[in-house]
Amino acid sequence: MSDLSYVRKEMLSQQAAPSTSVGVIGWMRENLFSSWLNGLLSLVALYLVYSVLSAILPWVFHSSWTANSLQECRQQISTAYGPDAHGACWAVIRERYLQLIFGFYPSELYWRPILAFGLALLALAPVLFTGLPRKMLQGSLAAPFLVPWLLWGGSFWIPVSAALGFVLGYVAFRVVSSLAGSLLGLIAAVAAAVIWWLTLASAWVGVMDGVIPLGIEAISSRNFGGFMLSITIGLVAITVSLPIGVMLALGRQSNLIIVRAICVGFIEFIRGVPLITLLFVASVLLNYFLPPGTDFDIILRVIIMVTIFASAYMAEVVRGGLAALPKGQYEAADALGLDYWKAQRLIIMPQALKISIPVIVSTFIGVFKDTTLVSIIGLLDPLGLSNAIRANAAWNGVVWELYGFIAFMFFVFCFSMSRYSMYLERKLRTEHR
Amino acid sequence: MKKSVFLGALTVASLVAGAAAAATLDDVKARGKLNCGTNTGLVGFAAPDANGEWFGFDVGVCRAVAAAVLGDPSAIEFVPTTGKTRFTALASGEIDVLARNTTWTFSRDVDLKFTFVGVNYYDGQGFMVPKALGVTSAKELDGATVCIQAGTTTELNLADFFRVNNISYEPVPIETNAEAQQQYLAGACDVYTTDASGLAATRATFEDPTAHVVLPEIISKEPLGPLVRHGDDDWADIVRWTLNALIAAEELGITSANVDELAANPTNNPEINRMLGTEGNLGEMLGLPADWAVKAIKAGGNYGELFEKYIGENTPIGLARGLNAQWTDGGLMYVPPFR
Amino acid sequence: MTTVSDAPKATFRLSMLIYDTRYRSMTIQVVALFAFMLMAAWLINNTAQNLAALGKPIDFGFFTERAGYDINQRLIDYSSNSSHLRASVVGLLNTLLVAVLGCALATVVGVTIGVLRLSKNWLVARIMTVYVETFRNVPVLLWIVFFMAILIENLPPPNAFRGADPAASMLFGDSVALTNRGFYIPEPLFSRGLGDISIFGAFNVSLELLAVLAMLVGGFFAAGLIRKRADRIQEATGVRPTTWYLRLGVIVLPVVALLYALGFYLGYPALKGFNFQGGIYMRNSLIALWLALSFYTAAFIAEIVRSGILAISKGQTEAAAALGIRPNRIMSLVILPQALRVIIPPLISQYLNLTKNSSLAIAVGYMDITGTLGGITMNQTGRELECVLMLMLVYLVISLIISVVMNWYNNRVKLVER
Repeated sequence: MSDLSYVRKEMLSQQAAPSTSVGVIGWMRENLFSSWLNGLLSLVALYLVYSVLSAILPWVFHSSWTANSLQECRQQISTAYGPDAHGACWAVIRERYLQLIFGFYPSELYWRPILAFGLALLALAPVLFTGLPRKMLQGSLAAPFLVPWLLWGGSFWIPVSAALGFVLGYVAFRVVSSLAGSLLGLIAAVAAAVIWWLTLASAWVGVMDGVIPLGIEAISSRNFGGFMLSITIGLVAITVSLPIGVMLALGRQSNLIIVRAICVGFIEFIRGVPLITLLFVASVLLNYFLPPGTDFDIILRVIIMVTIFASAYMAEVVRGGLAALPKGQYEAADALGLDYWKAQRLIIMPQALKISIPVIVSTFIGVFKDTTLVSIIGLLDPLGLSNAIRANAAWNGVVWELYGFIAFMFFVFCFSMSRYSMYLERKLRTEHR
Repeated sequence: MKKSVFLGALTVASLVAGAAAAATLDDVKARGKLNCGTNTGLVGFAAPDANGEWFGFDVGVCRAVAAAVLGDPSAIEFVPTTGKTRFTALASGEIDVLARNTTWTFSRDVDLKFTFVGVNYYDGQGFMVPKALGVTSAKELDGATVCIQAGTTTELNLADFFRVNNISYEPVPIETNAEAQQQYLAGACDVYTTDASGLAATRATFEDPTAHVVLPEIISKEPLGPLVRHGDDDWADIVRWTLNALIAAEELGITSANVDELAANPTNNPEINRMLGTEGNLGEMLGLPADWAVKAIKAGGNYGELFEKYIGENTPIGLARGLNAQWTDGGLMYVPPFR
Repeated sequence: MTTVSDAPKATFRLSMLIYDTRYRSMTIQVVALFAFMLMAAWLINNTAQNLAALGKPIDFGFFTERAGYDINQRLIDYSSNSSHLRASVVGLLNTLLVAVLGCALATVVGVTIGVLRLSKNWLVARIMTVYVETFRNVPVLLWIVFFMAILIENLPPPNAFRGADPAASMLFGDSVALTNRGFYIPEPLFSRGLGDISIFGAFNVSLELLAVLAMLVGGFFAAGLIRKRADRIQEATGVRPTTWYLRLGVIVLPVVALLYALGFYLGYPALKGFNFQGGIYMRNSLIALWLALSFYTAAFIAEIVRSGILAISKGQTEAAAALGIRPNRIMSLVILPQALRVIIPPLISQYLNLTKNSSLAIAVGYMDITGTLGGITMNQTGRELECVLMLMLVYLVISLIISVVMNWYNNRVKLVER
């Protein structure tokens, strides 16, 4: 056979692919110009990108960073880039970025909000990233007390006494439920905690302050502003709304008619009205609803209303999580003979909440974005501050720079969070299959 | 009357307890701070600087009150309010005094239950147009697009003016001065109308102020002044007479520079002596220390000094005294005697 | 303890209210109801006390008083002599207008972008991703203010159209003017008009509009009949008659005839005095709000559409192809009906969000109901409680209507579970 000369003996070496289907050209043919319609679309898209960038980039870079007023900015830009140049006056950001971030918080105490938000992140880490040791969760329990204390300051005994309320409630629950069943135990726990907070706690704080004065400078919430205000409102609202939302969701699923009616009514009412009307309530009505003489400051009122708002949405998120659980889980819990609360605590909620985390994160993004609405009722969040800055004679007329900066900051926050929630979604999907 | 509601660690730290009805003076003293409602930002009248300190003409009045009551012009919390929230904030006791270029009207005084303690700026609603339009009177504005600042008496005055003169117009309500300015400069409205002081302040910040004119018509009376809650006359007296002291100080030639000297060495003008507490007991009658007026004047200067510093002719805003000159100079600033 | 059922009567003890599961749920409910009513009573009592202290009893009488302010965009007759109630209605109509316009545009843009995001064209898909991320991650209030600023700063003022050599000119043969005060487009006018009729003595509705609407509805109904007939013929004979020209004609021709009979012509805007006169004037505040709400919501809708399409498994397409269905019919008969089941519920909740977000109109001075009832009326009358309550009620009713529709749809398309 070997003398058949027309049969090739060794394989031909592989030929290089045609230059039109590899490398940059090949990639472009495949991804941009696969058909004439696609080609046209690509050209239009390219033109669009070009026109947007050519409008924005010169403005961004023909800028002034050093001026002290808008007039000075205009002068500097026209001397540097010619009289027709339109450039950004980033100097206003240089002068005011600390104010836009921290509001009126005393500058020597900036470490406190930074530490507080760092602590909050640290506390959230074991919840958000399942790879971390579970033990860290116990540390997270301290954060809800430490973070507000760091932000608002005051006596160290205030967060301790608030935490004591929970401890008391827990003790009451254990004692009473062993004597008289879990329902009475629950009632006793709530009663003990409420009685402690309403009557004894402030006296106890006074006594402890007398014995060991331990505290940091108190900062009134009027000094909160800028992004710090947005983050505070968002963080507090989401943290507090989660337990309320879980209760509301359970109430909505419950087969007790009156409880369900109350929960459905509350959820649908809050979700049916725009946040801005709730903020109107916070700014003009909430003081009417409370006993004469009570006076929360406006930021606290806003936090309360935003929390109520977030709770209704959170309830729906949790309900979604509950609905996504296969029925078998409920039936299995029943089959094990667990009572309602045990089944919720040990079987249903851990799974339902885990499924809901991506949606919870996007709810948080939504609430965080919605905090800009407080500028409409006169709070100095970043948008409100931008107006106040423009009321300064030196910066009267600065528009795009401030909005641009604020939009950029919001984008960075929200984009990173939404990336995180997508990562989580992918991960959960693989875990389920 | 203190009522403390404990709502967990979150709220307790910033809970502010106060009483809406009873003695505001006692509350302010107990708190050690005066809560003053201001504008969220209006050139010349109230704006925060880079350090978060508030400055401006309205702010100056508040600082004087804080100095008179607490002896310290910085013992003060500023609460920025919008046109919508300002009255509720005052009515609910969130603020002790509202100094936010608020017009003194019958319904606000009587129906909304507030007490206006005086007038710190006599204003009126005017119109500003670009010179290029060639308009010389507001009556030539038929069919024009008019930018108004919403949430004020301005839109009512405007509706009345155009209705009375039977000309049509297109109102564009705008929330803040800054946005109104932006629209006006871009030509999205032909006319900008607000208080004449605001027009002057806005015009002053334009790249070319000479290209714009303020029309001669002033279509309303806008006496702007600080106000307090109805029903606490003692507190109203304190704010009223602090404002009066600032105005009288200018008339009597007391400035922040010479007030210490005048207080240390009683002059032979008994009114000055009574006001500065070196004679009589006016301070005691108000429930304040004898040197209350000294402190108030030292806080930012007398009325004239405040005017010159924040909105006067040497500032970018460049307002002339006009109606706001002392009565001795042909203006309306005329305060009752200190005796 | 009167409500006791028969059997355990003899042995009923108080403790059974807690320990017996038959009574426990009742006990909990009674306690919950009691607590709820106590809470409500507490709030109402506080409010009454506070209002009494302020001397402002609840009184809705201000609704009939003269409003005293002007509203620029009014879909019904209104002047500063009208009542506050009428001002609120004007505001409500403006809210509904921007909501309807917004939902329509958001759907179009959102579906386009959602589909383009799945495009094989790398560049287009990337641009759409950038669009979605940019719009989703910046607050809608900022977008509204942005769009307003873009309109104001970049379009020419009416002045620029003036003179022998104007800096700007109208589009489409002098029929459309884009100015920074808004857009002027031609308006339909009738030389042999029928006049207006008054409904409830409060609103005037033009008869021409009603006539055209009636014609359209009739036309669509007739087109539906023709389609049904085509279906019947197809079922009977297997051949589907071509009917599209019949259906088109039955819709278009009567309307055209009616318009001709009424003497229809277009009124063009023209520069007169300070502004353009004539034509339909869409104010810059309406456009900025409309565009901002639409583009913002479109980013969310795009994601919904994308995930809806991705949710339909490939097997469905392949199965349909195996049955010999043509590609465009696969889309309309197999993929879309299934994808819509996934898409519609979140889509409607986006409509709901858009409607609620339209309350941010005050940021650009668009006089919606928050701007009239919750804005100027509230400021002028000082009746905060009444105004805010009414405002909430109005939004609540709108939301409830939308969610009733949503639930009805959900129930209709729901997969039946075990």
